[in-house]
Amino acid sequence: MTLADVEEGSNAVVVRIKGDSAIKRRLMDMGITRGAVIKVERYAPLYDPIAIKVKGYSLALRVAEGQMIEVEIAK
Amino acid sequence: MKKHYKIAVVGNPNSGKTCLFNGLTGASQHVGNYPGVTVEFISGMSDFHGEKVEITDLPGIYSMTAYSQEEIVSRDHILNQHPDLILNVVDASNLERNLYLTAQLVELNVPMVIALNMIDIADRKGIAIDCAVLSSIVGAEAVPTIASRKVGFDELKNVCLKAIRARKLPHPTEFPHELESVLPELEKAISGMKDIAGEPPARWVALKLLEDDQLVLEKISQSSEWENISKALQKAKHQIELHSHEDSPTAVAESRHAFAAGAIHAAIQMSENARLMLSDRIDRFVCNRFLGPIILCAIVYSLFIFVFQISREINWIPLFNGAWTSPTGLLELFFAGLNRFAGNVIALPWLKSLVCDGVISGVGSVMSFVPLIFFMFLFISALEDSGYIARVAFIMDRLLKLFGLQGKSILAMLISGGLGAGGCAVPGVMAARTLREEKDRLITILVAPFMNCGAKMPVYAMLIAAFFASAQGAMMFLLWMISWAFALGSAFVLRKTIIRGEQTPFVMELPVYHLPTLNGVLIDTWNRTYMYIKKAATVILAVNLILWTLMYYPRYDAKSLEDSIKTAGSIFINQAQHTPYAAIFTADELEHTVTFLKKYPIQLKKSPEGLPKIRQNFALELESYKHGGSTANEAVIKAYAVYHEKVTELSNQAAQQQLQHSFAGMAGTFMTPLTRMAGFEWKENIALIGGLAAKEVVLGTLGTAYAMGETADGDSSSISQQLAEDPGWSRIRAFAMMVFVMAYAPCLVTLVTIKKETGKWRWAIFSAVYSTVLAFIAAVLIYQIGSIF
Repeated sequence: MTLADVEEGSNAVVVRIKGDSAIKRRLMDMGITRGAVIKVERYAPLYDPIAIKVKGYSLALRVAEGQMIEVEIAK
Repeated sequence: MKKHYKIAVVGNPNSGKTCLFNGLTGASQHVGNYPGVTVEFISGMSDFHGEKVEITDLPGIYSMTAYSQEEIVSRDHILNQHPDLILNVVDASNLERNLYLTAQLVELNVPMVIALNMIDIADRKGIAIDCAVLSSIVGAEAVPTIASRKVGFDELKNVCLKAIRARKLPHPTEFPHELESVLPELEKAISGMKDIAGEPPARWVALKLLEDDQLVLEKISQSSEWENISKALQKAKHQIELHSHEDSPTAVAESRHAFAAGAIHAAIQMSENARLMLSDRIDRFVCNRFLGPIILCAIVYSLFIFVFQISREINWIPLFNGAWTSPTGLLELFFAGLNRFAGNVIALPWLKSLVCDGVISGVGSVMSFVPLIFFMFLFISALEDSGYIARVAFIMDRLLKLFGLQGKSILAMLISGGLGAGGCAVPGVMAARTLREEKDRLITILVAPFMNCGAKMPVYAMLIAAFFASAQGAMMFLLWMISWAFALGSAFVLRKTIIRGEQTPFVMELPVYHLPTLNGVLIDTWNRTYMYIKKAATVILAVNLILWTLMYYPRYDAKSLEDSIKTAGSIFINQAQHTPYAAIFTADELEHTVTFLKKYPIQLKKSPEGLPKIRQNFALELESYKHGGSTANEAVIKAYAVYHEKVTELSNQAAQQQLQHSFAGMAGTFMTPLTRMAGFEWKENIALIGGLAAKEVVLGTLGTAYAMGETADGDSSSISQQLAEDPGWSRIRAFAMMVFVMAYAPCLVTLVTIKKETGKWRWAIFSAVYSTVLAFIAAVLIYQIGSIF
């Protein structure tokens, strides 16, 4: 599953980032790397972008970017 | 003279970097641009315990790759300008992500000091940082600071000086084995290069190559040693992939994050009862699915009202004579006064017109925008500082993405006039700065001027009053809809054609809310306003002079009209003979008296005493006659009224003929065969040409062209009436005209702003051309299709 499938309020762990190097690089620069724990805080009014918490700070990304992040639901 | 030390301030956006910079340098700043890019940097001087230090505030960045202009500018500055020290500002409450950048800064081989900023917020979050441990891990002193209150500055300055003098370099980051095992060989190959001997550091180059950094790769691949290096690089990459099951750029990024995580683990104590941050609680409302958009509308609407009211609408500045005015009004009064003064002092007609209509009104038009820009930025700067702009982008992004824009574009559009009740594209275009993504910003800048700014309103008002009197509200609403259709439609097309390309990934931090600091907001606002004044004044003055020349030359000799004016004068003088007023209506005195009578109502208000008695008596009788009262000398009063009307008409005609025969008039006439397709004759053409300087000019020039005299903004009823009675005009022609005025080339001030904001004249010219073409096509379609029915 990808980050875009995670429900509001749930936690997920990053497994892999797909996609071309520029966007992947940007996501990694923002702290989204293998093993990082992400909490999906909320979706925007039109369900895109997504607001998440990672490494203790808030980040917004579009669903399109979220679909590039493979995750597992954390317990 | 001893050279002063140079410090580069580097850090994440929202780390309080600029706040710290402002605190260190105060008001002694200047804003600069790197050639070819729009990224700005600010430098300032500071006093570090008696030592003069030049500090440069580099743009906020998260990393040091080659993917964004800000990152490239920052690393080039450090590698080429050789600062004596990197002052790395990190957000102590968000240490892990901030240290990711720190891990890259240590590779640059420059002495470094870390400012652990916002230590109070970290404290409240329950984060305790052991500075000594952190310092020993990074190899750079760490000093806790609270930049907004200048806490820790003394200590910071001491530590900076010490670090500069000791020239102690930070430790290179220790990477995991799979990386460390391949680096030495690669570094050795790079060190062999003669052309870049020792600089930049070999380890940095090696890591950049492993990260597939295109800029570094390009440079190194031209080296004579490239074959060797390439071999070593391929080998290293292969080994890394074997060990980490990921490509080498990922492995490097992961290693840096691992370093940051390790440092955090060693240096930080998290207390158990970390409360839900205030920021998160605010976001529950502000980013809420239903409340969010409502709060957004309320804030933007009050921004709008605040800025326009305080700079233009509300008269809150006292004048000497007891009246009140607005800041814009004050500047307009000043330039109007200057204009009158110059008009009285200068005798030569052409010089008078050059100074008054060319120079003073040109500079005046630039300056009258200053209060608007100042207050707009005061508000935007505060909103940006507070962290709210990021939430605006979050809420609006999906909707605007449909048209190739993004969330933050909404701000530029609304300021430009998107609310449908006035606005201004100049601060609008400048507000697009909050967009970090180059293409998104460019498109926003190119479409924002379609919005209905305040200067287009008088033209609409005049034409609507003349032709759509029964449906004024509906027409304004229609024009509002059309402006948005233009803007969003062009954004969509631009994104698909000229500014093509993937929409930049939208990955944006939602920073913790802050109370903006007054100092920071004021400095930022002043810097931006000053840049506007400096750049705009010179270019706009030049173009204004060109436009003036076009409308003033060649001189048209309206001899027959002048003769008629003289004849009318002598006829009246004859009629005034043998009346009590004969003395003021002689050939010598006539002109003075006419001028006096024109200004009489104003002068009466200013200082009633000191007016010549006989002229005053005549003026009083004239006023009374105008208001339907009876007068003792009705015959001469009546004759004067007739004479005055005749002369006004004749001189208006003379102005019209001058305009028609000027270069601008010739151009207007020349274009008629083309513009007739949209229903514009030479009179409209020339008004539209004048409108290039400022859209306010359209109405005034139209007045002159229709021999109505210059029509003032507030008084459009006469021209409105004349057009309504003109058989050549129709509803459809008026509508085509309004749509054209809405969409054609942005005014000069906006174009100069576009140049400044995009860094290239190309985009300003493109903006003028494409919007004019679009406006013309729309006007032709409206006029042609409308004329069928």
